[in-house]
Amino acid sequence: MRKVYHKIIQIAGNVITVEADGVANNDLAEVTSVRGTSLAQVIRLLDNKVFLQVFNGTRGINTGDEVRFLGHPMRVSASDALLGRIFTGAGVPRDGRPEIHDNMIEIGGPSVNPAKRIIPRKMIRTGIPMIDVFNTLVESQKLPIFSIAGEPYNELLARIAMQAEVDVIVLGGMGLKYDDYLTFRNTLDEHGALSRSVMFVHTAADPTVECLLVPDMSLAVAESFALEGKRVLVLLTDMTNFADAMKEIAITMEQVPSNRGYPGDLYSQLASRYEKAVDFDGAGSITILAVTTMPGDDVTHPIPDNTGYITEGQFYLRGGRIEPFGSLSRLKQNVNGKTRADHRTVMDTMIRFYADYKETLEKQSMGFQMSNWDNKLLKYGKLFEKNMMDLSLNIQLEDALDLGWKILADCFDAAETGIKTSLLEQFWPKKD
Amino acid sequence: MPENQTGRIKGVNGNLVTVEFDTAVMQNEVAYVEIGDQKLKGEVIRVRGNRADLQIYESTAGLKIDDTVKFTGEMLSVALGPGLLTKVYDGLQNPLNLLAEKAGFFLKRGLYLDALDMESVWDFTPIAKPGDKLVAGDRIGSVPEGIFTHYIMLPFRFAGSWEVVSVAPAGPRKITDTVAHVRSADGEERDVTMVQYWPVKLPISCYKEKLLPTKTLITQQRTIDTFFPVATGGTFCTPGPFGAGKTVLQHSISRYAETDVVVIAACGERAGEVVEILREYPTLEDPRTGKTLMDRSVIICNTSSMPVAAREASVYTAVTIAEYYRQQGLNVLLLADSTSRWAQALREMSGRLEEIPGEEAFPAYLESLIAGFYERAGLVLLNDGKTTGSVTIGGSVSPAGGNFEEPVTQATLKVVGAFLGLSRERSDARRFPSIHPLDSWSHYHSIVPAEDLAFARATLRRGQEVNQMMKVVGEEGTNTDDFVTYLKSEFLDFVYLQQNTFDAVDAASDDKRQKYVFAKVIGVLKANFKFDDKDQARRFFQELQLTFIDWNYIVFGSDKFKHQEEVIDAKIKERIANA
Repeated sequence: MRKVYHKIIQIAGNVITVEADGVANNDLAEVTSVRGTSLAQVIRLLDNKVFLQVFNGTRGINTGDEVRFLGHPMRVSASDALLGRIFTGAGVPRDGRPEIHDNMIEIGGPSVNPAKRIIPRKMIRTGIPMIDVFNTLVESQKLPIFSIAGEPYNELLARIAMQAEVDVIVLGGMGLKYDDYLTFRNTLDEHGALSRSVMFVHTAADPTVECLLVPDMSLAVAESFALEGKRVLVLLTDMTNFADAMKEIAITMEQVPSNRGYPGDLYSQLASRYEKAVDFDGAGSITILAVTTMPGDDVTHPIPDNTGYITEGQFYLRGGRIEPFGSLSRLKQNVNGKTRADHRTVMDTMIRFYADYKETLEKQSMGFQMSNWDNKLLKYGKLFEKNMMDLSLNIQLEDALDLGWKILADCFDAAETGIKTSLLEQFWPKKD
Repeated sequence: MPENQTGRIKGVNGNLVTVEFDTAVMQNEVAYVEIGDQKLKGEVIRVRGNRADLQIYESTAGLKIDDTVKFTGEMLSVALGPGLLTKVYDGLQNPLNLLAEKAGFFLKRGLYLDALDMESVWDFTPIAKPGDKLVAGDRIGSVPEGIFTHYIMLPFRFAGSWEVVSVAPAGPRKITDTVAHVRSADGEERDVTMVQYWPVKLPISCYKEKLLPTKTLITQQRTIDTFFPVATGGTFCTPGPFGAGKTVLQHSISRYAETDVVVIAACGERAGEVVEILREYPTLEDPRTGKTLMDRSVIICNTSSMPVAAREASVYTAVTIAEYYRQQGLNVLLLADSTSRWAQALREMSGRLEEIPGEEAFPAYLESLIAGFYERAGLVLLNDGKTTGSVTIGGSVSPAGGNFEEPVTQATLKVVGAFLGLSRERSDARRFPSIHPLDSWSHYHSIVPAEDLAFARATLRRGQEVNQMMKVVGEEGTNTDDFVTYLKSEFLDFVYLQQNTFDAVDAASDDKRQKYVFAKVIGVLKANFKFDDKDQARRFFQELQLTFIDWNYIVFGSDKFKHQEEVIDAKIKERIANA
């Protein structure tokens, strides 16, 4: 019944244009060329011209090739059969097992009604003090890991995934090196976590347009699990590749670029993905951790900048450590008031002294004489870096807080800390 | 009414739809795109020949060429009447709680509901009498709405003078019942109900005159009220990079500001932030009225993943509702978070329209739109010549890269009365609120004596200079006097500028407390202390700081408060130099 069109009037970048009637915006089509059949999606209509974004790219497409409209937008199966499976960005199995067509749902669905969200209140323990104590991860949070190439961000992501208490993990890989993809798969497998995972992987060698689909596919699947009451952790890496793919399409479509070539709707596009993180009133939750590599280590670059405004905080990964400055979990105050009475104070005081330590370090490097106070700070800074900042640590929050008090007491007098007297009485380690 | 115009879709590009029409369309007219049994709302934003460009407030997925579009002949309007308070709306004034009841977890495309409960009944008391001559905005009657008397006014869009023919007697009336019948000079007769409609993009100007805002709006935030005050009817902006605490600051202001009504426009920001308000305000008590905070709030929320075009409308919806309560003779505080997202929505549309881009691809008319928005703030004298009402606007700005030189921040700075610049430097050092004490400014009046304020500022500035100097010459190269000045500036920062939002007592500091504590702080700043060496000085200020911070956590005027004050006084005396 579906009409087939044979006249492609324009091929530019990954976008082809055909003349066709009765085509709906966002619908899918199949383009058959010498390279095989590829899906394509309608991205613009103008009079009788239909603009299609071809998932496999336009290389090898002939103007006489066949375009067949499917009459529905992009869909993905949402069923338990997905667990343990690995797909490409377009939803084709990557693991050599059969395709799944149960319970197909549309991707990129509507936004959650804010009235149906609840205030996130559940902490996710990771065993990493830099996260648990200083920037607590909270269920339904969306957090990027700002990093630069070469940092162990995928290792960190995998590690958090291993230790986090969630029901389902959805991994969306964008522009992933093949090695990294294998590492993820093997790590999850070794820890027995693959059976609770779904992976949508676009590797660096795959066509760009498929990269664009990865977040929507991952999040649509995550949403269906969350609606069943599951707590889902979505890991996305690397969102910079996603944004760059968007830029590529926008430029092809001759859109006016806004900042460094990125389209003006970069913020909205990123937001509509990140905002899928949710704690449903009466169902499960979605938590998103997304790696964003910062081009040139520049946080003011449009991708990390727009991301920072959307997400609920950010982790900076530098030198293999989560930076205490700038790293922030905005939701931490929802949970860290209920963990232990001293949690917030330890967190604030230790960071404040660490900032002072950095200043002193600067003075020291300029050759100034160190006062008594400076020496105390130097001692503190070293202890802090050694005992708290190490990402390979795996200790419970309570132990980490006790460790914090111990470090403070090793370096300072109680009065020097500026901590409320009532807390000092309760927690300040007694000297014997 | 003329037969409604129809048109046909000729192009779809994101949320921009091009429509071919036959006769006439109006700029900013609302139109509905029909898709199956759904109708998607849109607004005409450009007309070229027989084609109009519409921004659609919904996803355009599934639209086809030649789909039908129906024009309404009306500009985008909001419903104004009793029952707005406590409501949570999206950018187009759809009540979100009702939407959730009808559509479940997700927002449903094309589902539009009445903004006000059209079945609600209010206890009407007439004010106007038959024969009275009224102009738009004059009072016809009143109904009680929560803690306020809500006046039913002659609709703002009634031009000229109208004579009251009849008024409904006192008693319960449905919101849609006719409460008055009026006749114009030309003999045109109209019914007036409790609900009226007003196009959001036009300011409501049914008042006698605009007055100069002089009274300080107490926000209970020490840095603001003392150092960078905001006036009732004034404007302020809080630009800051991400993570600097813009939203936390705005929430504090919305909770503790001494104002009658708060309208919150969550425009293109995280849904999570709105959820906190939605869930907490109905349970938090407003100490001024004994009711909940929700009873004085209207929330407009068009979060970042909701359709972009509606984001643009949301700030106008919010300010129109704020103006409506101003017409009631109330002081209204409008908080918009964030105006940058609104500007970005404009940029997205401008890009789709293929307009020639201005700086950073923002449209060239950005500045005039921002100015027009902030100019809707003000203190006004209403038509009766004795009642005043005000709209105070506070907009947060999210500058790209935290750089204040960008177009939205610059355009905003030109038109606001107070600039509360949040700094990354301070937020990194966990010094909250992170309002920069030297870069920020305000044109309004502080609650503390100007002389003391100038002294405090000078201490901060000098302290910073000494700090800079110490970085070069080291602590040993700094003389003790300078060093003490530096310690004093740090003291002022820690005990006064910094305020703990998460502590029940410290979160709000009323003007009495601020004046009292500030006087004590000034006493310390002016005191002539005597120290043997720098370590002793540092030690003294650390201890004094601690006693002050403890003081900040104690309820003002309590016995404990007085006791702590004695501790502080004794501490100060201990080091004061004998003159």
